[in-house]
Amino acid sequence: MAEAVIVDARGLSCPQPVVETKKAIKKTPYGEIHVLVDTMTSVMNVSRFAKSNGWMAEYEELPEGSFKIILRK
Amino acid sequence: MFRALNRLLMSRTGPILTGVAVGILAPLLTFWGNPGNMGICVACFTRDIAGALGLHRAATVQYVRPELAGFMLGSFVSSLMYGEYKPRTGSSPIIRFFLGFFAMIGALVFLGCPWRAYIRLSAGDLNAIPGIEGLAIGIVIGIGFLWRGFNLGRNFPAKRALGYVMPAIAVMLIVFVLLRPSFGPEGSSAIFFSKEGPGSMAAPVALSLAVGLLIGWLAQRSRFCTVGALRDLIMFKDFHLFNGILAFIVAAFITNLFLGQFKLGFEGQPIAHTKALWNAMGMVLSGLAFTLAGGCPGRQFIMSGEGDGDAAVFVLGMLFGAAIAHNFNLASSPAGPGAYGPAATVVGIVFCLFVGFLMREKI
Repeated sequence: MAEAVIVDARGLSCPQPVVETKKAIKKTPYGEIHVLVDTMTSVMNVSRFAKSNGWMAEYEELPEGSFKIILRK
Repeated sequence: MFRALNRLLMSRTGPILTGVAVGILAPLLTFWGNPGNMGICVACFTRDIAGALGLHRAATVQYVRPELAGFMLGSFVSSLMYGEYKPRTGSSPIIRFFLGFFAMIGALVFLGCPWRAYIRLSAGDLNAIPGIEGLAIGIVIGIGFLWRGFNLGRNFPAKRALGYVMPAIAVMLIVFVLLRPSFGPEGSSAIFFSKEGPGSMAAPVALSLAVGLLIGWLAQRSRFCTVGALRDLIMFKDFHLFNGILAFIVAAFITNLFLGQFKLGFEGQPIAHTKALWNAMGMVLSGLAFTLAGGCPGRQFIMSGEGDGDAAVFVLGMLFGAAIAHNFNLASSPAGPGAYGPAATVVGIVFCLFVGFLMREKI
């Protein structure tokens, strides 16, 4: 299985985490993408966008307080 | 009960609930004493605060609006309670300051921020239509930059105390409005309170503050944003925030009808002018500046309460912009744009276009 694509969107203003996710999805139509963000707002925005494009989305909180959103398709 | 409400606010229903709350409470605030179609106007209220502090001397628009203090404190408390208080800063603060500055200039040429544009529409003020069209155009231009890699850079986590600054300012504003201190001979020194005009019209402090706190709380939980709504709809066909704006307009329309505050037409609308071109252009500038900064003025206040130091700088830029707008005759009046308002709008749009073209970053 190919390694997950990592998108580091930490510290970016709205809606840039979603823009970066969209670009990654375009490049990687199937597989696993990990999006790093640091606010719950971004977690929800990215997850909502990914789900509406047919991806499964879950997230986990990282020790330093940011979040990893795991997208699979 | 709180947990269920919070789940609801975090869900698809959140922006709708917030929109309904704002749509009912804003016209009510006008009914309770706030200026016409200005139950809540983030730009106008920031301008009134600038006047109260003596940063500008337009005697009719000086009042310490408790609603905005409530926005920051409601959001601060809510973000603390739900673990979302995250002090952060460092994403081009000086650029954000001037985006706030010019967003305010544009709003004062139109005579209202996006919140008030929707309120004016819901009360039958048809001058809001060119304003909202302009807002949409500004947002679309901003989206063009976002697709082309526009980016003000990352922010970085900051010390916890950084986020206390804006809530502390909010507390100070509440003290000012309650005690009405005068820092010198009456009438010549701050704090200024208008004796006539829009600044003299205000709902009771306790009601204004309570509404501000409630909306600050709701908007922090639901991420309600009057600019993000159009942006996400156009960029991603995402109705999440847009539904909140629809709910806001419908609720405000019904409430205004019910309170007898609905009046259809262009002429004689409260605190509005009929110059369609500058109603539109002012909002093109505002819409573009807000989009480049990542959110509407309400959202910037909410984020400043959550500890976002860059949003706080944007808010201070708005405060400075309001002072300049009145000191330099840029702000409109019911007669039309101020003498230098149109020129300042063009300068602002050029500034935003430069920012949009030049601030691109590979990430």
